[in-house]
Amino acid sequence: MNKPVLGLVLGGILGIFDGLSAWFTPAVRSQMMGIVIGSTVKGLIAGILIGYFARKVNSLALGIVFGLSVGLLLAYGVCMMQPGPNHYYFEIMLPGGIVGTIIGYATQRFGQQPRAIAD
Amino acid sequence: MTFLSDSALERLRAAADAPDLAGTRYRLLGKLGEGGMGGVFRVEDSTLEREVALKVINVDDPGLSARLLQEARVIAKLEHPGIVPVHDAGTLPAGRPYYTMKLVQGKRLDEMSNEAVGTSDRLRMFLRICEPVAFAHAHGVLHRDLKPANIMIGPFGEVLVMDWGLSKLLGEGIASSNNGATSEGWPANSAPAAFATAHGSVLGTPGYMAPEQRNGETVDQRADVYALGAILEFLLHDAQPRAAARLSAIWRKAKSEARSRRYASVTDLADDVSQFLDGLPVSAYPEGVLSRVWRWIARNRTWILLLLVYVVVRALLIFFRPR
Repeated sequence: MNKPVLGLVLGGILGIFDGLSAWFTPAVRSQMMGIVIGSTVKGLIAGILIGYFARKVNSLALGIVFGLSVGLLLAYGVCMMQPGPNHYYFEIMLPGGIVGTIIGYATQRFGQQPRAIAD
Repeated sequence: MTFLSDSALERLRAAADAPDLAGTRYRLLGKLGEGGMGGVFRVEDSTLEREVALKVINVDDPGLSARLLQEARVIAKLEHPGIVPVHDAGTLPAGRPYYTMKLVQGKRLDEMSNEAVGTSDRLRMFLRICEPVAFAHAHGVLHRDLKPANIMIGPFGEVLVMDWGLSKLLGEGIASSNNGATSEGWPANSAPAAFATAHGSVLGTPGYMAPEQRNGETVDQRADVYALGAILEFLLHDAQPRAAARLSAIWRKAKSEARSRRYASVTDLADDVSQFLDGLPVSAYPEGVLSRVWRWIARNRTWILLLLVYVVVRALLIFFRPR
């Protein structure tokens, strides 16, 4: 599995779990489907971005920092889309950042680099 | 009567040992080592203007001459970065056969044993020793004299397997008979424990020779597996206790008295060492479930820690969610 695909798969899986955790908040249970889809799409976008970064840059530290940044940035975007006065920055951005960090770490440690093309 | 001083005697002895290179393209620069049947000298190749090592026999013996030529041919056949390349072979004006090879500037493995090198680095070094030996086996050649004194570590960290004087081609009916199979053991003066026959010829080194080789029986690649096991033991004499059990299981298997219990090939031995380096189970050391689980956790601790942090954060957010 190459790094972008690994990032995509991991981002998708963690995104689904991230969205499903909304079930523990009764106030938003009625919007579960939308939350899970949104969270999954967010995870997929984060995964492919971080996976491509891992393909270009071979550094565990930079991979983790980039993953954290992308996770926080996308989560911030989700916060901004929240209707009403409460944007749930802490509740959305903290797990989002951790998910990005996990994908950053995983794509640096695992996943295949593309093979060099022979002349 | 005038007595010569020790130093004068030493100089005379060195001059008498030195090969006569007159009429060749080589100029003698010094001596590198000495073995049972000859010596290795540092010489300058005047045509290519570079320094090379020249190996020459110092006794007039057709058998030894044939063996030196055989050694040169074996090395020439084995083109591998871990095997010193032969440049030239011939006969000196005095009738002594010789061959020249790349001059390796580095340290012998036995000289590096006390240097502060971590276990992982030593194992990676060991894997680089296995590569040329496995390559030689794949080309039908056994080394039969592997020991730390015959491994050179070059200035760029390259590992070179030296002294193929005892090497044999597989399929030649290899028997390690002690009635003529000799090796210079270069540099033999650094191998004081060299095993000598009644005739004074060197066969190998106790501790690095497989029992079947010691007993003059037919040998196969598992004789080199035995020697590599002994080299691994030598490299890991001060390994950390936590890793020692699994590692010692590897070299003990390689050094089994019965060859049927050893690794079938050098590649199998190297694979087990690679497995160890990757934190994976090794074939020489059967583990219980708990031990496997613990090793898996240790190998994936960062991964597990990150997932745990995620789960804990999620749990805390749920627990402390706004009511």
